[in-house]
Amino acid sequence: MAGLIRRHKRRQAVFRWVVVTVLGVFFLLPLYAMVEFTTRGPGNTRTGDTWRQLIDWDQLSQKYPDLAQGIANSFGLALLTTALMLVLLVPTVIWVRLRLPRLRRVLEFVCLLPLTIPAIVLVEGLAPVYAWVVYFIGGSSLTLTFAYTVLVLPYAYRSLDVGLSAIDVRTLAEAARSLGASWFTVIWRVVLPNLRFAVLSAAFLTVALVFGEFTIASLLNRNNLQVAIELLGKSSAQMSVAVSLASLILAFVLLFLISFVGRSRRTSREKT
Amino acid sequence: MSTVSQSPDRSKSGLTPTGPDLAAPQPPEVRAGPATLLRRLARGRNLLGVAPFTAFVVVFLAIPTLVVAIGAFTSDTNGFTLSNISALTSGYIVDAFVRSIVLSAASAVIGAVLGALLAYALATAKPGGILRRLVTAASGVLAQFGGVMLAFAFLATIGLSGFVTLFLRDNFGIDIFAGSVWLFELPGLIVVYTYFQIPLMVIVFLPALDGVRPQWREATMNLGGSTWQYWRMVAGPVLFPSFIGATLLLFANAFSAYATAAALVSQGSPIVPLQIRGALTSEVILGQANLGKAMALGMIAVVAVVMSLYALLQRRAAKWLG
Repeated sequence: MAGLIRRHKRRQAVFRWVVVTVLGVFFLLPLYAMVEFTTRGPGNTRTGDTWRQLIDWDQLSQKYPDLAQGIANSFGLALLTTALMLVLLVPTVIWVRLRLPRLRRVLEFVCLLPLTIPAIVLVEGLAPVYAWVVYFIGGSSLTLTFAYTVLVLPYAYRSLDVGLSAIDVRTLAEAARSLGASWFTVIWRVVLPNLRFAVLSAAFLTVALVFGEFTIASLLNRNNLQVAIELLGKSSAQMSVAVSLASLILAFVLLFLISFVGRSRRTSREKT
Repeated sequence: MSTVSQSPDRSKSGLTPTGPDLAAPQPPEVRAGPATLLRRLARGRNLLGVAPFTAFVVVFLAIPTLVVAIGAFTSDTNGFTLSNISALTSGYIVDAFVRSIVLSAASAVIGAVLGALLAYALATAKPGGILRRLVTAASGVLAQFGGVMLAFAFLATIGLSGFVTLFLRDNFGIDIFAGSVWLFELPGLIVVYTYFQIPLMVIVFLPALDGVRPQWREATMNLGGSTWQYWRMVAGPVLFPSFIGATLLLFANAFSAYATAAALVSQGSPIVPLQIRGALTSEVILGQANLGKAMALGMIAVVAVVMSLYALLQRRAAKWLG
């Protein structure tokens, strides 16, 4: 039996390395090609000029104002969308859990709805709504935050829902209420601190989605990072590929680091 | 007097209460008016708590959806018409839908099979190991974040002056675009889509694989079962609903994807999302101002069917892997 299991483990290890190697080549090849493409100099030479320009913000914003503006917009949008998502969704989800449990299915349905409505479809319907947004607030790219909050609903709702299911909200709330806390205190000082990791993960998903969004920004004629990259592709291919690679690597490093944060939290909770 | 006596009557007739009130437990109904009134007030206050969220969702989700749904049946003169819907059966739109479905199905099946293999390889690795972490993080980036950047990655790889294209041409004399420039057509889109479908499969399918208990395999071995029997009779049937469900999710994902295709294909509109782009950005053909909305409605229909099947399978899968 023991020999059987060992042989089985060995076979699994071989299978694992074959699969990871073959698919690894498929996935790393385009990334390598991007490095190769962005370091091409005139006449078969290698040059780091593109990358040097990318790091130098002043030069970048002078030479590629759209790109600099797009990056700035994406940062602003990430901040605003996260804020709006937190303000709208977090209290609502907690409130429905505590006071309106019958509406939970409805809330879930509404929050997951954007999954079945492709962004390209949403744009069609958003165009007239945004005519009003421009009328009331103005045509800044930052107004995209409303549309992005809709896009992020499914992901944010899911992580908040998981977080809420892990704690006994009702007991916490009843304990706080019986000690004389107002509903605001219950949500702000009792439930929310217990939800901080769920809120963090919802916020992180929001930031990732905002930085990767292209469809709505492009078709509503607004500017963000992705729109700027796409635009750049038409004039300066090397720069657009360099920015693409840089953002992919940045996102990867961020996600990789976050996987450690999530891990240490879980182990520390198990200990207590 | 009249107002007090009216309120219990109204609640008994059950005509006015909205939503939650209807399902209220029966006994308290017989109590006096003021109590019902108070309770209803409390309930109204409770509903007030979800008012901001509701208002937001109505403006930015419900209205856009209605605009599309109503627009699909509206003529240029704002009258009711079915001509937008019937225009969906015209040649080039049917072609676009067929190509979209072929693209989504092909990339979903390839992505599901390869992604499942990769997910299985990870599931057998050490749970907190570095390999698993690296691959999951990379999958997260490529599956959710890719879009435009993936299009550029492939332009740099197998574009007309891409690394692989030049390498093969200079060293082996092979011109990969000898027949046609397929990168900007359906085959190219399938290759590029696979690049984000495989990672998505890893993310979706890995939890299902983690739900498979090692004890099941040990039990099979104890009973003298072979590896083949284990897969065919134990793990296979348990994982099958998850696998099909994940494939459907991949299909929906590819079907609604826009960014990659938009950045890659600048001329012509082979698939539905690009047809909608055409309808949105170019001059509209007379009498077809709302054709884009009809196509959008068609997309919602396809995705809705696929996603409900997915939800159904998900429930089935939860029985064993929950």
